[in-house]
Amino acid sequence: MSEEAEHLVKSFDADLKRLRGLLTQMGGIVENQVALAAQAIMNEDAAAATRAVEEDPKVDALEREAEQFVIRMLALRQPMAGDLRRIVAGLKITGELERIGDYAANVAKRSIVLSQFSMPYSLAGLAHMATLVQEHLKTIIDAIGENDADKAVEVWRSDQIVDDMYNAIFRELITYMMEDPRNITPCTHLLFIAKNLERIGDHETNIAEMVYYAEKGEVLPDARPKGNSAAYAVVRQKE
Amino acid sequence: MSETMSQSVSFGGVQARSDAEINPARIAVRGLDFFYGSNRALKSVNLDLPDKQVTGMIGPSGCGKSTLLRVLNRMYDLYPGQRASGEVMMDGENIIAPDVDLNALRAKIGMVFQKPTPFPMTIYDNIAFGVKLHERLSKSQMDERVEWSLTRGALWDEVKDRLSTSAMGLSGGQQQRLCIARTIAVRPEVILFDEPTSALDPISTLKIEELIDELKQDFTIAIVTHNMQQAARCADQVAFFYLGEMVEVDTAARIFTAPKERRTQEYITGRFG
Repeated sequence: MSEEAEHLVKSFDADLKRLRGLLTQMGGIVENQVALAAQAIMNEDAAAATRAVEEDPKVDALEREAEQFVIRMLALRQPMAGDLRRIVAGLKITGELERIGDYAANVAKRSIVLSQFSMPYSLAGLAHMATLVQEHLKTIIDAIGENDADKAVEVWRSDQIVDDMYNAIFRELITYMMEDPRNITPCTHLLFIAKNLERIGDHETNIAEMVYYAEKGEVLPDARPKGNSAAYAVVRQKE
Repeated sequence: MSETMSQSVSFGGVQARSDAEINPARIAVRGLDFFYGSNRALKSVNLDLPDKQVTGMIGPSGCGKSTLLRVLNRMYDLYPGQRASGEVMMDGENIIAPDVDLNALRAKIGMVFQKPTPFPMTIYDNIAFGVKLHERLSKSQMDERVEWSLTRGALWDEVKDRLSTSAMGLSGGQQQRLCIARTIAVRPEVILFDEPTSALDPISTLKIEELIDELKQDFTIAIVTHNMQQAARCADQVAFFYLGEMVEVDTAARIFTAPKERRTQEYITGRFG
């Protein structure tokens, strides 16, 4: 839709551009938070962890700014059709980005706790998951900036891999904990970290759904391709 | 006054129509062409006016939406050189056929115009005048009809104590509601509104919109408006016209959130070049 004609009222286009700018700016900070958090776990980098946490207030401030701006646009521009869809999607996307930022900060905080434990096992799986989540985040933020529904669908489809990785990590960590109860504390933190990354992936697909709806005026189907959840499988066995 | 205030706060109960089902057609327009001399102002238009629902017609000036209203009650018959071809079916009859009884047709299909057009007579006579053309009623029957019409027109409480005063003394909004009451008085089946609120203040506008919402329980309604928000508030179904073509028709919710046609999208988002 980027070839779309301009509004007769030019300042409306400027407003839409500013909203998109706020979203991508927010997206950029959140992206950085996730990258810092991943670095903090993998390299036991406490400075990176601190920086990830310190970015949070900026994200919150941008969320409030975007929210106020959207309310103003709804009241003053009374947008219709594609404009309305983009503006409402913009409002919801800021909420999703803010959540992603929170999860990244939480991962970063746990990395500081984790550095006190010795972990005689590889974090490669977690590192891979973090990389994938970051790639998806970058793609979806590009999709926001370019009003690109195809990129959104790409992210929406590929979250399945993140879910699969989470399930694999879940099984792996359970094994470590069963092997040696001293692993329980660090592994529980790692489990939360993995869960947080998995949740980040879910919020990315939420954003993908919003971008798609804003561009196409249609909603993506309810059922996203989903595999068996190992986490639930274990819970069910206990019952 | 306090009642008026509370009405205005709740927006007089006027709400955007939901994605509700569209009823079967009361009037079915098929392959309608209309000519002002050699100028083709409507180009094989197809459109259903659903029974007891509101159809909003939007589009830039000169797109043919007012022309279509004029066809629906044969207003164009008054002007030489104007002609329509195609079908406008109502009750199994093509209402643009030459042998149609125009008086009967106009009693069945009433019209309200942009500017209030009260007759320079009393409020009572404004209502009674049209009724007398179609029916012979006793004095008490006529009194009843006048009260019924003014009540349906949401004007009765404001004028019941001054029915014998001139209608010209009413405010613009009241005059327009009087015109609506006058249209209802002959008990039509379809009411056509041609920009009924473009000369009114916002509160009078909301009162008319609330009235339209009420009236659709009994009447099939078409409204031409330049105010997109008004179409969104009043209409169940919205048709977009451009250069004499009916480009797209759908539920109001669909047209204003996700229209299918690019021209519709550009027009309602204000991108028309």
